[in-house]
Amino acid sequence: MGIDLVRFFGMLVHVTDTDSADYDYGVFSFASKAEVLDKAKEYWNPGKTQFWIDSGVPLVIDRREEYYLWDMSGKRLIDLHLNGGTYNLGHRNPEVVQALTVAMQHFDMGNHHFPALARTALAEALVTSAPAGLSKVIYGSGGGEAIDIALKTARHATQKRKIVSIAKAYHGHTGLAVGTGDDRFSKLFLADQPEEFPHVPFNDLNAMEEALRGRDVAAVIMETIPATYGFPLPDPGYLHAVKKLCQEFDALYIADEVQTGLMRTGELWGIAKEGIQPDILVTGKGISGGMYPIACVLVRDEHAGWLTEDGFGHISTFGGAELGCIAAIKALEICSRPETRSMVHYIADRVGTGLRAIQAEYPDWFVGIRQNGVILGLEFHHPQGAKYVMRQLYENGVWAIFSTLDPRVLQFKPGILLKPEVVDEVLDRTEVAIGRAYREAMGGRS
Amino acid sequence: MTALLADIPLEPAGVPRGRAMVERAQWASLAFATYDIETVRRIAQAAAEAGERVAAELGIAAVEETGFGVAEHKKLKNVACSVGIWNTYRDHDYVSPVLHPDRGIVEVPRPAGVVIALTPSTNPVATVFFKIMLALLTRNAIIICPHPFAKRVCTEAAHAMAEAAVAAGAPDGCIQVVEEPSIPLVNALMTDARVDVIVATGGTAMVRAAYRSGNPAIGVGPGNVPVMVDATADIAAAAHRIVASKAFDNSILCTNESVLIVEEKAAAGLEAALRREGAYVLAGEEIDAVKGVMFDGTSFDTAWVGKSAKQIAEAAGIKVPANTRILVAPFPLVVPEEMLAHEKLCPVLGMVVVPSAARGIDAARAVLRISGAGHSAAIHSEDAVTIMAFASAVPVLRVAVNVGNSLGSAGIETHLAPTMTIGTGFFGRSSVGENLEPKHLINMTRIAYPSHGSSAMPDFSALQPWHEPAGAVPPYPIASNMEGAPSLVRADDPQDELRDEIRRMVVEELREILRG
Ligand SMILES: Cc1ncc(COP(=O)(O)O)c(C=O)c1O
Repeated sequence: MGIDLVRFFGMLVHVTDTDSADYDYGVFSFASKAEVLDKAKEYWNPGKTQFWIDSGVPLVIDRREEYYLWDMSGKRLIDLHLNGGTYNLGHRNPEVVQALTVAMQHFDMGNHHFPALARTALAEALVTSAPAGLSKVIYGSGGGEAIDIALKTARHATQKRKIVSIAKAYHGHTGLAVGTGDDRFSKLFLADQPEEFPHVPFNDLNAMEEALRGRDVAAVIMETIPATYGFPLPDPGYLHAVKKLCQEFDALYIADEVQTGLMRTGELWGIAKEGIQPDILVTGKGISGGMYPIACVLVRDEHAGWLTEDGFGHISTFGGAELGCIAAIKALEICSRPETRSMVHYIADRVGTGLRAIQAEYPDWFVGIRQNGVILGLEFHHPQGAKYVMRQLYENGVWAIFSTLDPRVLQFKPGILLKPEVVDEVLDRTEVAIGRAYREAMGGRS
Repeated sequence: MTALLADIPLEPAGVPRGRAMVERAQWASLAFATYDIETVRRIAQAAAEAGERVAAELGIAAVEETGFGVAEHKKLKNVACSVGIWNTYRDHDYVSPVLHPDRGIVEVPRPAGVVIALTPSTNPVATVFFKIMLALLTRNAIIICPHPFAKRVCTEAAHAMAEAAVAAGAPDGCIQVVEEPSIPLVNALMTDARVDVIVATGGTAMVRAAYRSGNPAIGVGPGNVPVMVDATADIAAAAHRIVASKAFDNSILCTNESVLIVEEKAAAGLEAALRREGAYVLAGEEIDAVKGVMFDGTSFDTAWVGKSAKQIAEAAGIKVPANTRILVAPFPLVVPEEMLAHEKLCPVLGMVVVPSAARGIDAARAVLRISGAGHSAAIHSEDAVTIMAFASAVPVLRVAVNVGNSLGSAGIETHLAPTMTIGTGFFGRSSVGENLEPKHLINMTRIAYPSHGSSAMPDFSALQPWHEPAGAVPPYPIASNMEGAPSLVRADDPQDELRDEIRRMVVEELREILRG
């Protein structure tokens, strides 16, 4: 691997001046980053591993702290990807870590067959925080499973099968969830079922009405702002109109708040900020502070009949693991603080103002800013524009990801506890990266 | 409830919340630091008027919560520390650049940033108001950390000013208050590296902790005020002022007189005059009885802080006239083992008679050897020579002349800066030797041109680096495709004023809808 860059902004991680230097993590070790990449291809996922190498982002995340990541080389990155909001509160948030560490002296995952301490406590906290009407909580081990639970609940409640989702949506890759997304992922596994999972274009009310008119739809599932599609913003009034159509045609409205919840819009739940009371709300990713997987589905009593009819109707050993619940209680409390809300408004303002100033310098390259709170999609005037910017940002110490389903758009997701000086640093780095990406995309040198 | 996880150390719940307050304050201070003078004045005036509105009600509440002082006097202090401070500083400007073309220097005021204010139980609301007013006048964000005895009333006081300030345009979070103070929380706040300055008014231990925190601190030490009356003094006037000052809020201000030193020639006359003003001069066994009540072994029993003279006399089994406002306790010599020579935050005044003004100065120095160095002293005299000798020998940083010290050294009845925080300077191990005032919460960035004149200073008079915020700070995060969201067009473009106005109205409307 030769000589690694070990000092980056004074942060010394691993001294690795030869191939034999050891990355010792206790229960496992590697000789070099190259070894990890080789073995990742050999034993894990060759396609994914190679993709990032080819994309100019050969990242193997080593140390993590606050909103910083360190590649094995020692290179420090400011994390604006947050794994879709998983690290909303930063990496290894000390309060979440402490809550978990203490809890681990007493709790484990728990036994999913029984009523449980932490599951009950989190359920109460979630119901208290949620939009009015949501009154029961069902747990999954991840977002996809939670989406499946939401869809199953809607089917049980309405006794209908069809699920309408937005074209280019992403709600996870589990059995039912995969049907709501792009067929790239369902066809691969012969799991596409277009009849049961119609897709309609975003912001198109006529198409939505057309899809619902037959009254054979169990639910419409939507992200409040579609993430993987680059956060196109719902037109003013669109979500309200969809909710109304659902009511009119007896379909449930499922709000996927996996990426838009937890204060990222400046309110705890993005859908509540819209003033909409969904029938079902799904949260995941950031809900447990990135420390222990868990996802939650909030439903109304009137749709929760299966929980009484057959409480064992959906079984998941890891769903609602108690350590995850404890992490989630803490994460939810941090997100709900008035101080946090105030800071998100400040961060959103400073980031928005800073980006608009950068935009003013590259008006025909950096063509759009989609922003709702600290959820941002940056649009570039090139079919693959966000990939150029992503690579330049990576070079410049910032990790932000392009939108899989619209690579013109860069997902730009500052954490909700980001400090002012880090916001300024991010803006400085972003300005340089956008300029370099511009010159690169336009054929010049960066 | 049993704590099932009892043996595992958990950070007290308030501590992380306190850290979040500091972070929020930091954001607020960054925004506040760009405000212009007109907006700052509007905010300070609104907060002051809000303080005045609740001055009486919180005076009563403070006495109820702490058991200290006199509600009516507290009201006076609350008014003095809200609109009083506003009136004092309304024409001062701690915001705009100051030009010194003759010296080639421009001073640009820069606020400290995040101020942690420790406030005492004795003057709770007044100190909260005072520190908030100073913070607002200087564009600082402030976190009030009240003494636990007065947490409820301090929370109310801070909220009253905060609401008015934010309604007048102050940044959200620029005034916060710790509602449940605790030692670990206060420690966490004081040692937080994001804090820019600690302003500590309180007990010595707290003040020293502020200095040890590693953050810049302005801490003030305790008082123990000697007041000398020499033979040249207007005896009747002196007696009147001393009794009124000692009775004010039952001696709860740290500037209240502690030991009266009277020149022998004036002693008899002064004693008679004191009696006429409502002082009861203790004699014989009465003195020991009062000492027995007030001092619990070798320290002042804080149960008597701010209690009335009559309550103390009653506890000591002494019958005093109904109009008694203070008790005077004569003692022979100022020495450390004499408890009457120590600080007494209640209307009991020690008294020693000295043969000459020179011996009186020695006695005053002896009082300050016990405690109160750097604080204040008073003198009633017509003789400039004696006054100068007193002021240059006694280790205090303010000497109030021919005025009650409670309000005299506090700047309310003198031209000293009106304050609830008396800087005790080097004598008193503090970084500030003046009465705390707004200027202590800013620094100046100085633009400096060469003194040899090779580059002349241009005219800076039209340059104003600060501005009025365009609306609520921070603005509500409206989605960027909604009407009213900020656009590429810069808000400070003058041609866009109308559009900005419309935008503001739309934003307001949307906010109402979202709230509703
Ligand atoms: C909006 C949304 N919903 C659901 C999911 C699925 O969550 P998980 O990956 O935990 O299964 C994701 C994951 O990216 C998501 O972004």
